[in-house]
Amino acid sequence: MALFLQNLVNALQWGSFYALIALGYSMVYSILMLFNFAHGDIFMVGAYIGVGVAFVLIAMASQGALALPPWAILILTILFAMILTSFVGMLVERIGYRPLRAAPRASAAITGLMIGIILETGNLALLGARRIRFPSLIDTTVYEVGGVFITNTKIIIVVVALLLATAMHLFVRKTKWGLAMRAMAFDYVAVPLMGVSVNAIAALTFALGSALAAAAGILYALAYPVLDPYMGILFGWKAFVAAILGGRGSVMGATLAGFLLGFIEIFAAMIFPSSLRDLIAYSIVLLILIVRPHGFFGEPYSARLRL
Amino acid sequence: MSFLVGEELTGGYGGPDILQGCAIAAERGEITVVVGPNGAGKSTAMRALFGMLNLRSGTVHLDGEDITALAPQARAHKGMGFVPQTDNVFRSMTVQENLEMGAFVRDDDISETLDEVYGLFPALKDKRRQPAGELSGGQRQQVAIGRALMNRPRALMLDEPSAGVSPIVTRELFERIVDIARSGVAVLIVEQNARQALELADKGYVLVQGRNRFTGTGETLLGNPEVRKSFLGG
Repeated sequence: MALFLQNLVNALQWGSFYALIALGYSMVYSILMLFNFAHGDIFMVGAYIGVGVAFVLIAMASQGALALPPWAILILTILFAMILTSFVGMLVERIGYRPLRAAPRASAAITGLMIGIILETGNLALLGARRIRFPSLIDTTVYEVGGVFITNTKIIIVVVALLLATAMHLFVRKTKWGLAMRAMAFDYVAVPLMGVSVNAIAALTFALGSALAAAAGILYALAYPVLDPYMGILFGWKAFVAAILGGRGSVMGATLAGFLLGFIEIFAAMIFPSSLRDLIAYSIVLLILIVRPHGFFGEPYSARLRL
Repeated sequence: MSFLVGEELTGGYGGPDILQGCAIAAERGEITVVVGPNGAGKSTAMRALFGMLNLRSGTVHLDGEDITALAPQARAHKGMGFVPQTDNVFRSMTVQENLEMGAFVRDDDISETLDEVYGLFPALKDKRRQPAGELSGGQRQQVAIGRALMNRPRALMLDEPSAGVSPIVTRELFERIVDIARSGVAVLIVEQNARQALELADKGYVLVQGRNRFTGTGETLLGNPEVRKSFLGG
């Protein structure tokens, strides 16, 4: 039982990373009918920007320019990194995708792959091959509850991920801009008739998705502080799987699917040798998709997309 | 100059010119109807007025202002509304969400306009929490028109409002459209259903192959033997 709960805690942590990245994937895919294959690399960029922001804030704090406790520095790091990364996302959309909006979808998907490679190798060119360590902002505390070990880092990761996913859900459901995003997911051509700029919605979608990916990057770095330029690739693929599993157009679906993926992976590793983890986990996901090709919450393609 | 004017409209969707220099004008408080055979460029002309295709030449003026270069969303900000042809609502969104979407450009309180739309189409009020896709064809058309009204347009264009709607429902819909026009809106309708539309038209245009063929009051056009023979089935 303790082993099960221990794995549950780990699954929640990994699910948090997947869910936050999957949200951005899912929104871009739902609203713009675009597979943004560079999204995993945006997660990587977000983590690196987080390192930069954290170093600046720590330096300011040590010089007395900023009297803040470590937790406040962490929150500020997440916020600033989210904002800065959202600009990276908008830039990617502006340069890489907008000129190709009327192009065949395959061309846009290839663009994503290229942007991904550019971001990875650009990072390499800029910072060199040495690995970079995320500064430890908070001391890790371990709590033991009934034989289950929970760290404060894990709690922060899961809580922040759930807060952000909820905020995104509310944004899409309750605000005017969220309404416009949902409308655009349904009909590309009709929204300008209501005075909505397709470009503005595209930029907003990329900004929000990239901000969430940046948050995921920093949360990941809290648990696994050593960063490298290729850290986003596998995460990107897995989050993509979660986005599709969640179903087109569903913020809730992408979030839950992200967590589900975490559970499947961790429990596959609990039962089978860990070298078989992804083999078993993604065979299960494949079976799920065969049974539910539209994912858990996606509408079957009743939505008519007029590109 | 009329309130909404397109002149010398020439252009298409990138291929051959569908519009070959046609002109259309609509006045506030009036209903202007555009009819013509299939492929005459009726819908294309209306899209041209809303900026939805690249004109090779020609101009569009709204209330004396040259809006030829404006994108569709900018025209919506200027008070133009457009109701696309069939399957024109956001089906997975509720009726009310569709209407709220129509008021996207407004920052003021929309509740009064919402009441007005529900007053015009009472059936929608009972179904305001239902996904618009579950409504009948006629009611979906009401949602689409209501959505355009939410922006309090000064000019409203309707692309074949009778498409996919029964004749009785069409009659009702046309009565509401007359109400809308009489409230001071310049209404422009493109219709396949020429006779019924011309009956309520203050002004009518018959387009053929992207050019103006006949222009006159609805009554004149309905009485014109040539129009009757060629376009109204005798």
